[in-house]
Amino acid sequence: MAGFNKVVNSYQEALAGLEDNMTLIVGGFGLCGNPENLIKEIKRIGTTGLTVVSNNCGTTEHGLGILLFDKQIKKMVASYVGENDNFEQQMMSGELDVELTPQGTLAEKMRAGGAGIPAFYTATGYGTPVAEGKEVREFNGKKYILEESVTGDFALVKAYKADTFGNLVFRKTARNFNPLAATAGKITVVEVEHIVEPGELDPDEIHLSGIYVDRLIKGNFEKVIEQRTITEAKNPKQGA
Amino acid sequence: MALSREQIAQRVAQELQDGYYVNLGIGIPTLVANYVPAGIEVMLQSENGLLGMGLFPTEDEVDADLINAGKQTVTMAAGASLFDSAESFAMIRGGHVDLTVLGAFEVDVEGNIASYMIPGKLIKGMGGAMDLVAGADNIIVTMTHASKHGVSKLLNQCTLPLTGKGCIKKVLTDLAFIEIKNGKFHLLERAPGVSVDEIVKLTEGELVVNGDVPEMTF
Repeated sequence: MAGFNKVVNSYQEALAGLEDNMTLIVGGFGLCGNPENLIKEIKRIGTTGLTVVSNNCGTTEHGLGILLFDKQIKKMVASYVGENDNFEQQMMSGELDVELTPQGTLAEKMRAGGAGIPAFYTATGYGTPVAEGKEVREFNGKKYILEESVTGDFALVKAYKADTFGNLVFRKTARNFNPLAATAGKITVVEVEHIVEPGELDPDEIHLSGIYVDRLIKGNFEKVIEQRTITEAKNPKQGA
Repeated sequence: MALSREQIAQRVAQELQDGYYVNLGIGIPTLVANYVPAGIEVMLQSENGLLGMGLFPTEDEVDADLINAGKQTVTMAAGASLFDSAESFAMIRGGHVDLTVLGAFEVDVEGNIASYMIPGKLIKGMGGAMDLVAGADNIIVTMTHASKHGVSKLLNQCTLPLTGKGCIKKVLTDLAFIEIKNGKFHLLERAPGVSVDEIVKLTEGELVVNGDVPEMTF
């Protein structure tokens, strides 16, 4: 009996049931907190026609960007899609459908989707191209647009640490969209750096409850840095 | 003389107040952090999920899991906190951030802003800019007053797709500090050595000039 044990031992098992034309909700901000091994596995198995909902689409060489080489993505819902040559080409040629979505609206779409709320009003995007075709309503003299939430066939998530029940702890700004994405998948797959036994995590430190998690796998991560910005170390002889 | 990028940042920094939570956009706004006046404490919000952003890390401190909204490696200041993206935009949309500074391609007399897209040329996306302009009350837009060819970016009506409608009240350009109210630009200050005439010439939208317009001081 597996009980609440969510651990799987191969990426094949982690993504079992993934089919062409499915919708994926993917965590990460740029390359920070990317489920990089799950993305590599999708490239390997060659699933196509995917709709991907994620803040960015990786870079030319890393993250979700690698799914563009073989044109595996049909539609991308994202807030920022720079830093990726293939993306621009495929968008311009019409091979890739793009729905630019404000970052906060995208986060809320995932949160609401996972929480069973089908739509919400936000002032973000009112009077802009984002509002086209959307209901406008006034509350207390201010205009808001109706945004629909999102859910996915799969959610792909990167966390720092988990217990085998799928209780998750994220690390620093690698948290970003990950816990939100995790709530919005019919099947939520999480890859982590460390797996511990139930009871080893302090329940107070758990960022996301295992109830949202279906499959858990331990991975090794490259963690590519997009903009390595450095302060020169202070020379101790110079003093303060 | 038109202000340098650093001087624009320096002038914006004069608007900071003690205890402010501030979101700084990418580019010139980021430089504002270098000119926080002495005796004032501010906390920087980075919309990818960090309040209390610190300096860039030393080589030893670099952490791939700790970046800002521009995807640059950063550190955390004392008293920092971390949260997810929905929480981050709850702070922004909910009006909890005291000052937002961001760049733009165009603004107009109605307080509209265009900053995220040039059709056919630049289609990278709005990131968090639409949420920031819709959610914040106190926004300063930093931009150049006109293009290299002398075409004004302070317009009667924005020509590019909008980032936000009727949400901008203050603009700091390399030539002037301007307030937007009642469908007009109002000249508050001018860059040192820049004449009112010069500013008027490079402002397409109606510009109200009241009496002697003071020069900015640094």
